[in-house]
Amino acid sequence: MWIFIFTELFLFGGLFLVYAVFRSQYSADFHKAAEETNTFIGTLNTIVLLISSMTVAMSITAIQSNQKGRAIRLLLVTLLLAAVFMVNKYFEWGHKFELKLYPGSAVLANLPKGELLFFGLYFMMTGLHALHVLVGMILLTVTIFRIKSGHIHTGNFSMIENSGLYWHLVDLIWIFLFPMMYLIT
Amino acid sequence: MSTEKHHISSYMSHGTVLTILLTLTAISVAMAEFHLGALSVAVALLVASIKGTTVLTYFMHLKYESMFTRIMVAAVFVVYVLVIVLLFFDYSFR
Repeated sequence: MWIFIFTELFLFGGLFLVYAVFRSQYSADFHKAAEETNTFIGTLNTIVLLISSMTVAMSITAIQSNQKGRAIRLLLVTLLLAAVFMVNKYFEWGHKFELKLYPGSAVLANLPKGELLFFGLYFMMTGLHALHVLVGMILLTVTIFRIKSGHIHTGNFSMIENSGLYWHLVDLIWIFLFPMMYLIT
Repeated sequence: MSTEKHHISSYMSHGTVLTILLTLTAISVAMAEFHLGALSVAVALLVASIKGTTVLTYFMHLKYESMFTRIMVAAVFVVYVLVIVLLFFDYSFR
């Protein structure tokens, strides 16, 4: 599982590099474009993801202490928080689309080059991250069913551990995405 | 994996870790309000790194993994930092 996490880190790491280079080349444009992103929704989603990471970690504790019902409830809370994250993302992107800021739009094409690059990276990176959130939700759902069916229990919890690791990875990537897209202007 | 003896973290400790992470988030959001200029990038990345390390150590229970896994994870981050340094060397001397 850790090897897979390393490949994921380098996938996003590559995009972070692109961001770093263009940020240094077009700092004024990046500054202006970064002010467009909604810091409130970004902060809210950070809090949501951090709490969801804790509930996953707690559900592993529950499985290890043979508390099946509690583990399932904690994972359901995680799924709910993941859904909240996606709904927030929907409104956030929806607002950008209303402002005609989406990849390939005429408004975006007429912006200075640096701002165009910022929004390109913004949609690419938050989009790729949101895709990981969706995959994580599917993994957690499968995990819930496998706890229910008794495949995952105190003696065999590799799967909940690994989907937990994946979920923390999603959180970890967001921890770095959040300042890059929402905080640093 | 699950045949080995596992460290079971308490619910309380998870709560403590979350409190630390939320506090750090609050700090980085508050710092962004000050418009520290060039320093703001450094501060934001520093706080993010502390948060990332906290998640890796406690939520991803690296603290209780084998030394081999811990060295591997550390090596990945060292390689990544080297890539960044080399890349910016290249860019700044063009």
